[in-house]
Amino acid sequence: MIKFSDKQLKIPKLMRPVYLATVGMSKFDRAFPETRTEELCIQAFTAAADFVNMTPSELKKYIHTCYYGHFADHFGDQLLGEAVIHDRLGLDPLGNIGVKTGGATGGSAMWEAVKTVASGYSDCALALGWERMDEVPTDEGNHLISAAADKDWETPLGHIYTGYYAVMAQRYWKIFGKEEDSFRDTMAEIAVKNRGYARMNPHAQGPLKITIEDVKNSPIVAYPLRALDCCLMSVGSACGIVCDEKTAYEITDKPLRIYIAAGSHTLRVADRRNMTIPLLPNETTETYKDLGTRFPGSDRYPGFTGFLAARMAAYYTYRMAGVVDPIEDLDVIELHDAFTISDIQSYEDLGLRPYGEGRDYIESGDGYLINPHTKKQGKLPSNLSGGLIGCMHAVGATGLMQIAEIGYHIWNRWDEIHEPQEKWDAFGREKPDDWTSLQVKNAKRGLAISHAGVGSHVTTTILMDPNHLLKED
Amino acid sequence: MPKTEKEKGFVDIINGRYKPRGVFHTIEKNQPIFDKDTGKLAGVTNPRDMTYIHSYGGEAPFFEGLGKGRLMATRCDNDKCETRGSMYQPFRIYCPDCLRKNTIIDMTDIAKTTAKIHSYIITHRSGAFNTLPKPIKFINVEFEGVVTILMSVLAVGEPEINKKVIPIFNTKAPTYTITDLRFVVEGTSKSELPEGFTF
Repeated sequence: MIKFSDKQLKIPKLMRPVYLATVGMSKFDRAFPETRTEELCIQAFTAAADFVNMTPSELKKYIHTCYYGHFADHFGDQLLGEAVIHDRLGLDPLGNIGVKTGGATGGSAMWEAVKTVASGYSDCALALGWERMDEVPTDEGNHLISAAADKDWETPLGHIYTGYYAVMAQRYWKIFGKEEDSFRDTMAEIAVKNRGYARMNPHAQGPLKITIEDVKNSPIVAYPLRALDCCLMSVGSACGIVCDEKTAYEITDKPLRIYIAAGSHTLRVADRRNMTIPLLPNETTETYKDLGTRFPGSDRYPGFTGFLAARMAAYYTYRMAGVVDPIEDLDVIELHDAFTISDIQSYEDLGLRPYGEGRDYIESGDGYLINPHTKKQGKLPSNLSGGLIGCMHAVGATGLMQIAEIGYHIWNRWDEIHEPQEKWDAFGREKPDDWTSLQVKNAKRGLAISHAGVGSHVTTTILMDPNHLLKED
Repeated sequence: MPKTEKEKGFVDIINGRYKPRGVFHTIEKNQPIFDKDTGKLAGVTNPRDMTYIHSYGGEAPFFEGLGKGRLMATRCDNDKCETRGSMYQPFRIYCPDCLRKNTIIDMTDIAKTTAKIHSYIITHRSGAFNTLPKPIKFINVEFEGVVTILMSVLAVGEPEINKKVIPIFNTKAPTYTITDLRFVVEGTSKSELPEGFTF
């Protein structure tokens, strides 16, 4: 049984408000055979400068410290890749450091950047991430990814990370999904939704207009997961720049407040021990008193069906930012949909629905931009970027792409990033005839989750319009 | 093409130091990568053929035990630890709570009588360097009195949650890796076991 002390449950406090001033991202794709990584990073940084009407040189003058998110050195056979990028961005001799927390790398880089500004060490910090997974054959890539599991206890078992992850999906499918066809359809609906949203995103690598049947008929990867239930493997870069209040308003007249916290849990799912569920502000002990009766076999927490790291990151961040009910208090969300089923698991970790009832977030229509039942805006639209399933999963950049996408909605500038024909042309992508704006109307607050592997690291980032905070500093 | 004995690398420990012998890497020329559409150079291949040397440290008794048909685990016996008595499989050298060294115990009999499937997945895919036959039936195994859930593979039978399983061991030609441990469903006969494995 894991028990936390009061000191460990202390709600993190930023010593001064921190603001997100600008963001940027590159094109994302499965491979860039004729583009170096630094070119993609410069593309992302330049986009961030463009966004605040500055040249890259002007924007760089504000930056004091740099955090680089790049997870898989071994793919590129290049250690200290961060130093390469830092030099190519022309940011020497500023201090910089690399951050590596698997799929949460982008979020973790931002976590560090926010803390360095909050502490007063820097007034402006860059968080920039990238990943390069196209420069080895796919089976060797699978092996290299599986090296993120335990090298003695897991990796030799097939050298395939999906296998270590999918056992959790299986357990969730049996216990909470009850192996129902309707649950399988809900999983598929997530893939349809996210790939459909990706169609409106010129940066996105995996746009598809598909049906639930297409997902259910796609090749099995590891039952119940099929190819269209799974995220993409990507190359690309994304960044964000955070500042203290004074600096933020020098860069832009509309910076966003940023709150961020992190949680962690075992690298091996094997090592998960039982504990009581840490409650979010919208839950009580009553919420779970009959969980085991309603879902036989759910008596272990987090077991294989929850992500404790995500729950803890939300536990801290909601209280930092004053979020009580995420469905009511937030307007848009980007989730780590590595697989359709893990997307559902994360609804519960984040308290969008109680444990066991995650599917209702999709089935109710709350997770859509336009609720298919009411034809009105969904209560909390998710993954309008396309997510990891439809947009990209360039590991070190993913969390930063998601933060950027949430920012675009709150800035009310989503169309400006996703609509211009010139961008579709420059990326060599065909803009669909039925292109539609996915701008969330009146978005004031949003959340992005950044999640590693089987849940070893998770960050939750909350962005808010500074005129619509939920809590006084 | 499998390497011959002359092409392989071996390591001994002599006077407390690693002493490699044999071949640990082969050198192969880079090859250019051209864009077939434009005829222009885009990059090069960087061939690497390396063998890593790795210490099991305090976990060595676990991996050595598998080749002898024993499943070793650990238990915290620290009177002052609030989770005293917790048994760990995977084998943990130190208690995660008090950080005192755990006691090594033999849990082979517990595994033979109480192992059951907590979750599973079947996959037809694998990564490079995989040595397991496909499809791979991953299983997570619960044991009575053990606070954690071991990941392994099912070598014989079909997985189901809560199904009883029995450990088998690669005792004839151990690789000294986790693949020396597998499970089979209850009722599996000796003749059905993979080559080299025994109960």
